[in-house]
Amino acid sequence: MARALINVPAKAKKGEIIEIKTMLSHPMETGFRPAADGKLVPRNIIKRFVCTYDGEAVFSADLFPAISANPFLSFTLVATNSGVITFSWTDDNGQTQVQTAKIEVA
Amino acid sequence: MRALWILPGCAMLLAVTSAHAEIAAHERKSGAEFMSPQTQAMQADDASNPGMLAVLDGEAAWNEKAGAANKACADCHGAAEQSMKGVSARYPAFNAATSQPIDVAGQVNQCRTGRQQAQPLRAESRELLALTTYIGLQSRGMSVAPPDDERLTPFRERGKALFNQRLGQLNFSCAHCHEDNWGRKLGSAPIPQAHANAYPIYRLEWQDVGSLQRRLRNCMSGVRAAPYSYGSIEFIELELFLAERARGMAVETPGVRP
Repeated sequence: MARALINVPAKAKKGEIIEIKTMLSHPMETGFRPAADGKLVPRNIIKRFVCTYDGEAVFSADLFPAISANPFLSFTLVATNSGVITFSWTDDNGQTQVQTAKIEVA
Repeated sequence: MRALWILPGCAMLLAVTSAHAEIAAHERKSGAEFMSPQTQAMQADDASNPGMLAVLDGEAAWNEKAGAANKACADCHGAAEQSMKGVSARYPAFNAATSQPIDVAGQVNQCRTGRQQAQPLRAESRELLALTTYIGLQSRGMSVAPPDDERLTPFRERGKALFNQRLGQLNFSCAHCHEDNWGRKLGSAPIPQAHANAYPIYRLEWQDVGSLQRRLRNCMSGVRAAPYSYGSIEFIELELFLAERARGMAVETPGVRP
């Protein structure tokens, strides 16, 4: 399980615009880099990031080989109701990492 | 008559400029001050500082039992927030058992082989960097405070000599860039003062966390010199001198550097 840093405000007012920051520990291997033996290291990047808020997709992104290791994604949401925000990252190996954060909206 | 007076004056001036100008206390600047505002912001916010991923790994490793003794760091040292506070700020320290100075990475490995009875962690491995970054974080904001231990003095003096020693095909010493020409540019990159107060750092060029020794090896291959090996006494001596040189500066671990 790779490490992830997720920053979601614990509390927000209804209708407030909140900033979400996420970072996942991932090498984002481009597939163009030769290893010590001269052969290319197989590509392994995060291809898809999806954020859902109470089950509904509110933000998603396609990632490409030029994006740095440990990709950092920041975006804003409108706080509508208390619930769970889910983050999922899927890489070239088909592995999906899921993290969740709770938000209380008053 | 007048010309005769000028000549010895010139000779004096040459003699003075051939020694490296040590950086005055009020002119000392952390490497962070030479970075772009964007990179500074990345370091300042723990939510965007990628070094914090290594901290999370380090925290897990701190509590993970290892070796034949089946002990975790936490079993002896307790919570790192208390027991490791200020440790990175004062290392390298003198190790009485080997009669040599030792840095934090060396100390971690000594604990592993001695107390945990486990294999030492490979230099620059993910696990070792995670632990040293996590330990380093506990000193963040504190002043670099190398110990006033007389046994360290000869090693520190040798470190200072190494810092001023010309090396490699380009025949530069550390001081040629970092004391004589800091603030100017090398290619497009600003030359910082080489203060070691933010290590281990997340270097954007590396796309990863690395130690001070890795950074020193980079500079050495930059001047076309054969780098010292990881953990060598030369590096520990340089680390000792650099700690003294940065005495009083705030620890920034985990720093972000371009």
